[in-house]
Amino acid sequence: MNGINELNQLKAKAVKDFEVTDGYRVVVGMATCGISAGAKPVLEKLREETAAKGLSNIQIVPTGCIGMCIYEPIVEVFEPGKDKVTYIHMDPDRVSKVVSEHLEKGKPVVEYTIGEGEGDKLRNLDDVQFYKKQKRVVLQNCGLIDPENIDDYIAIDGYQALAKAVTQMTPQEVIDLMKASGLRGRGGAGFSTGMKWSFAAANEADQKYIICNADEGDPGAFMDRSVLEGDPHSVLEAMAIGGYAIGATKGFIYVRAEYPVAVHRLKIAIEQAKEKGFLGKNIFGSNFDFDIEIRLGAGAFVCGEETALIASIEGKRGMSRNKPPFPANKGLWGKPTIINNVETLANVPKIILNGPEWFRSMGTEKSPGTKVFALGGKINNTGLVEVPMGITLREVIYDIGEDCLNGKAFKAVQTGGPSGGCITRENLDTPIDFDNLVAIGSMMGSGGMIVMDEDNCMVDIARFFLDFTVDESCGKCTPCREGTKRMLEILDKITAGNGTLEDLDILEELAENIKNTSLCALGQTAPNPVLSTIKHFRDEYVAHVVDKRCPASVCKALLSYFITDACTGCTRCVRVCPTKAITGTVKQRHVIDQDKCIKCGACMDACTFKAIIRK
Amino acid sequence: MQNDCGCNCNKTEDKRYAELKAYIDSVKDSQGITMTVLQEAQRIFGYLPLEVQKFISENIGVPIAELYGIATFYSQFAITPKGKHHIGICLGTACYVRGAQKVMDKVVEELNIGVGETTQDGLFTIDATRCLGCCGLAPVMMIDDDVYGKLDNVDVIPAILEKYRG
Amino acid sequence: MENVQKVNVTINGIAVSVPKDYTVLLAAKAAGIDIPTLCYLKDINEIAACRVCVVEADINGVPMRNLPASCVLQVQEGMNIRTNTAKVRKAVRNNVELILANHNRECLTCRRNGSCELQKLCDELGIADVPFDGAKRKAVVDDLSHSIIRDSSKCILCGRCISTCKNVQGIGVLDFTNRGFNTEVAPAFDYSMRDVDCVFCGQCINACPVAALREKPYIDQVWEAIEDPDKFVVVQTAPAVRAALGEEFGLPVGTPVTGKMVAALRRIGFDKVFDTNFSADLTILEEGTELLNRVTKGGTLPMITSCSPGWIRFCEINYPDFLDNLSTCKSPQQMFGALVKSYYAEKFNIDPKKIVSVSVMPCVSKKTEATRPEMEVDGNRDIDIVLTTRELGDMIKQARINFLALPDEEDDSILGDYTGAAVIFGTTGGVMEAALRTVADILTGENLTSIEYDDVRGLEGVKEASVTLPINGTPTEIKVAVAHGTANAAKVLDAVRAGEKDYHFIEVMACPGGCVHGGGQPHVSAKARLDVNPKANRANALYSEDERLVLRKSHDNPEVKKLYEDYLKEPNGHLSHKLLHTHYHKREVYCPQE
Ligand SMILES: Cc1cc2nc3c(=O)[nH]c(=O)nc-3n(C[C@H](O)[C@H](O)[C@H](O)COP(=O)(O)O)c2cc1C
Ligand code: SF4
Ligand code: SF4
Ligand code: SF4
Ligand code: SF4
Ligand code: SF4
Ligand code: SF4
Ligand code: SF4
Ligand code: SF4
Ligand code: FES
Ligand code: FES
Ligand code: FES
Repeated sequence: MNGINELNQLKAKAVKDFEVTDGYRVVVGMATCGISAGAKPVLEKLREETAAKGLSNIQIVPTGCIGMCIYEPIVEVFEPGKDKVTYIHMDPDRVSKVVSEHLEKGKPVVEYTIGEGEGDKLRNLDDVQFYKKQKRVVLQNCGLIDPENIDDYIAIDGYQALAKAVTQMTPQEVIDLMKASGLRGRGGAGFSTGMKWSFAAANEADQKYIICNADEGDPGAFMDRSVLEGDPHSVLEAMAIGGYAIGATKGFIYVRAEYPVAVHRLKIAIEQAKEKGFLGKNIFGSNFDFDIEIRLGAGAFVCGEETALIASIEGKRGMSRNKPPFPANKGLWGKPTIINNVETLANVPKIILNGPEWFRSMGTEKSPGTKVFALGGKINNTGLVEVPMGITLREVIYDIGEDCLNGKAFKAVQTGGPSGGCITRENLDTPIDFDNLVAIGSMMGSGGMIVMDEDNCMVDIARFFLDFTVDESCGKCTPCREGTKRMLEILDKITAGNGTLEDLDILEELAENIKNTSLCALGQTAPNPVLSTIKHFRDEYVAHVVDKRCPASVCKALLSYFITDACTGCTRCVRVCPTKAITGTVKQRHVIDQDKCIKCGACMDACTFKAIIRK
Repeated sequence: MQNDCGCNCNKTEDKRYAELKAYIDSVKDSQGITMTVLQEAQRIFGYLPLEVQKFISENIGVPIAELYGIATFYSQFAITPKGKHHIGICLGTACYVRGAQKVMDKVVEELNIGVGETTQDGLFTIDATRCLGCCGLAPVMMIDDDVYGKLDNVDVIPAILEKYRG
Repeated sequence: MENVQKVNVTINGIAVSVPKDYTVLLAAKAAGIDIPTLCYLKDINEIAACRVCVVEADINGVPMRNLPASCVLQVQEGMNIRTNTAKVRKAVRNNVELILANHNRECLTCRRNGSCELQKLCDELGIADVPFDGAKRKAVVDDLSHSIIRDSSKCILCGRCISTCKNVQGIGVLDFTNRGFNTEVAPAFDYSMRDVDCVFCGQCINACPVAALREKPYIDQVWEAIEDPDKFVVVQTAPAVRAALGEEFGLPVGTPVTGKMVAALRRIGFDKVFDTNFSADLTILEEGTELLNRVTKGGTLPMITSCSPGWIRFCEINYPDFLDNLSTCKSPQQMFGALVKSYYAEKFNIDPKKIVSVSVMPCVSKKTEATRPEMEVDGNRDIDIVLTTRELGDMIKQARINFLALPDEEDDSILGDYTGAAVIFGTTGGVMEAALRTVADILTGENLTSIEYDDVRGLEGVKEASVTLPINGTPTEIKVAVAHGTANAAKVLDAVRAGEKDYHFIEVMACPGGCVHGGGQPHVSAKARLDVNPKANRANALYSEDERLVLRKSHDNPEVKKLYEDYLKEPNGHLSHKLLHTHYHKREVYCPQE
């Protein structure tokens, strides 16, 4: 790759292949989510049937995450000059029909689509409420291009930003541009990317590194995975730009081993980029060299933390070390190192191409751009959503997520994963950005957004997160290693019905100390879910410790099962009870011996008369 | 082959050691290879017993205690052999709030072993995993490469397990 | 030193100007303010793990996030540090309470009662209660080796032993295992230290702030022998013991206490009090002769000293290709033991079976050395019981002897006399210097007066020197090297193996600084180590004793001369070989013990 002209020639050719001028382009969502839902046989069947029928002019393209989990597997059909058609819940049988009706005869199979819209127009994904308030920048290419084909990426302006940076800008100009854009790190803390780059750039060293943090450890988040699976080249391109800006010639992608599809596609992408000369020596004829290596994590949440991640790449236990020195000064093998999150990086090429003003036109003053969230939990529309910063939580939950499951009442939403906190009804109108979320006691985190309804016990949720951090603490420093365990023990005590009001004070005191004295951010933020649930749902805690009651009926030890007047004496429950706790005469009301009952809930499930209640 | 001390470590005639050695030689010049070598060894042997760690220690010059420290730090490395089928129950947040604990309880009850343990017959190992990336299907369980989603009704679990007993 | 850049900081309102590479901990010390520490061990372990050294700080009025750890926080111009606020006190106390909640708190019966850094900290902080009870870490007590007990119920996971073994010694026997609350410090697969690549140098014991690593105790066996009227109990003390024993009684680090030590041993009840220095002199004659033989007759070179059992074990495990290079001399401890039960027993007509031979060593490796199967002659074990300097201190206390009030006494003859050359055996370079003093005299046939070899003194990791001496009539440059600490030994051997270096003679001591800093020496707390360097102080004690002595060359030792005349006849002779020499073998570790 000698210069921008060569890239443009490649692009001209790629565009021809990419744009369907006649026939169909059929894309199949083939990210992990799609594959889990059964996309592989769908893709195979598509290929088989179209080949068997000898259909030409049909491009079948596996693509990344389309974003709407509940509809997976999803197939979309593009035809020149027409609206795309979205098929949902696909399986091989449905494929046969789509091939013979739609691809062969040109008649969309209406019953497999999302349905008819106004007039005779078929609704496709663009018409779904879920996408209405979204703004796809980072995820723009996911679900559109074939991530395993670099030409698709080139066709949609891929590597243009790198070409521009390397051939037309100085490293300082790149950094200034990033600063001007106001891009803040999407990995959690929201630190200015341009500033971070400038620190590493200012250090003289024989070797510097740039690392892409693709560890994505937040349990319930999969934004980065989708980007890597759907648009891997955007991350490679951004790393090369970052490398150019700070003077690094080597990059590492640290990716969780639990993401085999992402790893596979990254490997392909790196190979292809090397082949085309976007990576390697003298990129675009400049004297800039850059290479990327993949390193796999091995199951440790703490390795998302920068210094632990560095230790892990160095081949050690992923234990954090004290900062300062910061990685920008002393990082991988003691060399200046920049670590950026996948989503942060995915923004970079677009900012270089479209300019900082374009980026600032989205989002808020202090948090420009968009943010991808993994919307999950007790909500109707689960999936990946990308929204402009500044949108309110209410909009995300009610307009995009379309309300809680089964008409249950919304209780809280957890952002920031195990480091974050929960946000309640009263703060639903807060515009989402880095600073506002912190102000209301949570944080942006990497983008997990888990909705909880009236059936979730907040003490149990706090216990869940703490259980996670206890398990994932690296064990190096006292407050985190010992303190979180003690907090967990107290929560166990509370959920088992043995807590006291004094325990709540001890919890808060311990939490304070762990936040103040832990070595790394894992420990410093570990108590947040507890503190925030105590703050917002103190009454639930009090119910557990004083009334010995779990208002959401989750904590087993605090529940009791009772048989009401609705009992017909059918004896079904007697037969399922593992401890023979239920007695009664046929056709008469039965009773549960509370001493024998182990609260397994089997009787309640078995009773067809809804005569058994839990409280 | 017996060693001086009378034990049978370093079974050099085992082809798997040659495979591991070849891998080590291929990466020897890179920096920070310890993790990658352990990962490769785990792939080849399925777990990381003493003999394998000893072999790695001798070949890459990292103390065996350090290797062991690494192998016991990361949850993906195994020191004891795993079952033929690996059951991963997602305890990610999205799954948890949708009842993953019930799925876990059911599987534990069915197999009568704890989390992280392997059944006597060596057929199943249960692990709690973090988000498997299909939260839309929560609660989710994975057996080997098969994903089972929407397990709201745990009564289907015995039948699923039965499929792997054959 | 003038042009060291300084920065100005304020600590608890006191303004100080300190070098810019200082940590807040050191700056506070300079300001006369004491900050507690537990995991910090200067230059060795600076991992900021325990979080008991936290402070409040701001830089030019901008508060630092949270409470930073002062042991690793570098000073900055305009930094304002507060170590004594309610917030800091509460945090430190809470972290110590958390440590205690997971600690086997049995101070009254604990090995480290009185020398424990955690115990001292609890006292200083006025810990009145441990407000948590809950799960504790799984407790493992490994007492299978003869040298070291590892007791995880006392471990506070400070990592000091790990850094010492891995970074200072270059071995890496111990490491963190598991993670989070289940974190432990142990050899791989929870193997016993007996069965792994541990060389029993005991440096980890010295590093440990608590009783999680300690020597295997043998005091009771000694008392029992002394009580037994049928037993003739003799004791020898190694050169380095006298440089440190006083510390057990509050004397400054490196105060020589030879005379009081001898007096104390008599009062404890040993039948005869001897000195390993005697056999150190003997070693020089045996080893020197062996060296001359190898040089003149073309034996395996370089020859390497064999008096440090930690080093021997290291070589047997890691460098079996160098076993032929090792001098075949037993260590002075073992030579001494062999002579007690032969020469001495014959001379005084005592049944060797009735002799209990005790040695007091700065070392825990010697405990294992004494049990090596080859360390016996005609069915008599060379050494029966090995105590450390610390254990001797304990015995003196148990006997309720007022050590500081003791008179100075002399060793018994005929195994008690020694020269200055033997005394310096206890420090790195000492064996080499002693050997050079003798070898030079023999080869030149003169009584040389310039006998201080400064090149081999000091704490440089690897020291080299060369002397030109006439060999077979031609002046020949004899090249020597001195390495202390196993990591340095490995460096030297690697260089020799690679052909980058060729030496005639190499001295290796397993412990950094040599035996003065052996694993059996009195504990010097991390805090005290900010001010004193026990290696240097104790070495100075030995060099000054050497200077004080009239006889300073091993071959001048009259009792050694008499030994050759009356008994051994000649160095490396037949009887010498039987009693004083040994052999080595390759050692497998981490082998499943069926
Ligand atoms: C315990 C812990 C886990 C983290 N996990 C991740 C992660 O999985 N992915 C990520 O990008 N950042 C994670 N971070 C944040 C990173 O340490 C780091 O701040 C981020 O990668 C910087 O990139 P950015 O500036 O682009 O956001 C984690 C931080 C902590 C303390
Ligand atoms: S805060 Fe937790 S994760 Fe971070 S260093 Fe301390 S123990 Fe490790
Ligand atoms: S199953 Fe329901 S209706 Fe039947 S006996 Fe039990 S409680 Fe009564
Ligand atoms: S909850 Fe379980 S144990 Fe209790 S009565 Fe019902 S079936 Fe029996
Ligand atoms: S190690 Fe220290 S604190 Fe622990 S029991 Fe012993 S003396 Fe007490
Ligand atoms: S400190 Fe108190 S408890 Fe301990 S021995 Fe003395 S009097 Fe007894
Ligand atoms: S005795 Fe020496 S070799 Fe053994 S663990 Fe301790 S420091 Fe390491
Ligand atoms: S054994 Fe001692 S030195 Fe080692 S980690 Fe435990 S307490 Fe620290
Ligand atoms: S150097 Fe001295 S104290 Fe250390 S192991 Fe050798 S003989 Fe023992
Ligand atoms: S559709 Fe891809 S994550 Fe759900
Ligand atoms: S939380 Fe279970 S798949 Fe994401
Ligand atoms: S953290 Fe500073 S002494 Fe332990």
